[in-house]
Amino acid sequence: MGLNNARFENAFDEAGDALSMTLRVEIEDLAKHFGEIRAVDGVTFLVSKGEVLGFLGPNGAGKSTTMKMITGFLAPTRGTVRVCGYDVSTDPISVKANLGYLPEGAPAYADMTPDSFLKFIADIRGLSGAAKKRAVASAAERARILNVMYQPIETLSKGYKRRVGLAQAILHNPPVLIMDEPTDGLDPNQKHEVRTLINEMAEDKAIIISTHILEEVNALCTRNVVIASGKVVFDGTPAELEAKSRYHNAVVLTVNAIDNGKLLQYVTSLEFVTDAEPLTSANGIRVFPKDGQHITIPLSEKIREQGWEIASLYAESGRLDEVFRSITLPRTAGVK
Amino acid sequence: MNMLNIWFIMKREFGGYFATPVAYVFIIIFLLLAGFSTFYVGNFFSRGEADLYPFFSLHPWLYILLIPAISMRLWAEERKSGSIELLMTLPVSVFEAVVGKFFAAWAFTGLALILNFPLWITVNYLGNPDNGVIFTGFIGSFLMAGGFLAIGSCISAVTKNQVIAFVLSLIVSLIFVLAGYGIVLDFFSSWAPQPLVDAISSFSFLTHFDAISKGVIDLRDMLYFAALIAIWLFANALIVNARKAD
Repeated sequence: MGLNNARFENAFDEAGDALSMTLRVEIEDLAKHFGEIRAVDGVTFLVSKGEVLGFLGPNGAGKSTTMKMITGFLAPTRGTVRVCGYDVSTDPISVKANLGYLPEGAPAYADMTPDSFLKFIADIRGLSGAAKKRAVASAAERARILNVMYQPIETLSKGYKRRVGLAQAILHNPPVLIMDEPTDGLDPNQKHEVRTLINEMAEDKAIIISTHILEEVNALCTRNVVIASGKVVFDGTPAELEAKSRYHNAVVLTVNAIDNGKLLQYVTSLEFVTDAEPLTSANGIRVFPKDGQHITIPLSEKIREQGWEIASLYAESGRLDEVFRSITLPRTAGVK
Repeated sequence: MNMLNIWFIMKREFGGYFATPVAYVFIIIFLLLAGFSTFYVGNFFSRGEADLYPFFSLHPWLYILLIPAISMRLWAEERKSGSIELLMTLPVSVFEAVVGKFFAAWAFTGLALILNFPLWITVNYLGNPDNGVIFTGFIGSFLMAGGFLAIGSCISAVTKNQVIAFVLSLIVSLIFVLAGYGIVLDFFSSWAPQPLVDAISSFSFLTHFDAISKGVIDLRDMLYFAALIAIWLFANALIVNARKAD
């Protein structure tokens, strides 16, 4: 432990001791090239205890490849990965011992039952006797697979298979949890259960989940890293991601007895408004503020000054799908 | 090298054979073929000798056909189903996994071999065989099976397709057996220098197995099989490492 702490402090002097205590995953300039194809091209980010990092990006952006390098399954072309202070290229076994990993598609040994499968994982994880029993029971309970423990995994539904994979990943209560599309292909109830489980565990772990389901950004993540064509194009909180939207703090306004044309003309003349557009689906307009500022109160005051009656007025938080498109598409298009 | 990890992987893999009918089908076919070849091809009765030479002498040919059926799934299936990503991200080394899986397959073959014990009872009932020779015969056959399995295990890491793994293993095994066969050696001895013919012959399973199955325990024969297994498993680990993510 002493040695590791020393290494942490050297590497992150400027970040301070508080950060080094909780820093769990350090990825620096990570790259993987397959011949000419740069699947991952210089990815850098850090994950600390208590964080749920949502790793976003279009299909083929390099999410799975990055995760495979973090977990030591793929050797990087360049760059370093450290998990709990251990370098994956020099001490892969220690890295793997500190990781729980749910690979894409949750592969398992299909002819085993969840019970024997989890016992095997517990053996390999160095658990035995009462600790092994406890770990298997607790993981099975948290992943909610207790009722299928003695059926061959190949006979289970997709949702249960995924949960068996989850149970396997959390069995040894790892400080770092990495999950590749943990909710892909699940129905809404199953998605909710998996998200609840991840939220329950978030406090004392560093969690990385990859996803292309944007609703998970708000449901799960405390931070997001977006990659496109193997490069990080965004690293920040979900709120910051939403703030990049054109629709961030835009106000939807409906006014009684005033037609849209007249309303648009007046609103666009206000000094805190850059633009406005009629709604496509309903009566009313959408007002875009200058510099993303909050304009609900000044806007409602101005409308009342005109003697108009407001039917409804609310601010939008931003549209993730639009942000996602705008920050990932240019690069994808560029590659083609 | 963590012996416990090897043991856990071996245990899981060994259990895997019995999770499906594969194990039972294999054992039954092995016993039928072994019995059939001993009595009909090997002329067990008409030889009039109380030994199991007819039984053991046909093992190389049995193994060429049957061992690839056991070894083909070892890595090909792991890669095809994607479970290799799970296995290789657990805190085990590639070599532990390779050795654990190999031992599982070897133990399974050993079990199938031991289940031929009725033949041993028969020959003891009918006459007074040299049980020491029979014992070394079993050891030699078991060692040779390990050689075939190491080849098969290595080849099953090359492909995701079990049928390809089966066929390739069968061909390579055949080469290793035929290298000691009279016809092949005659073909070489007509033009090749004697040292080369000896070298080819010394690589053959037959050359080394024949002596052991006749009750002659030569350290060189033992070392041959041990080295063969070690080399193929080493190559196996290299291939798994290089191709696991393909």
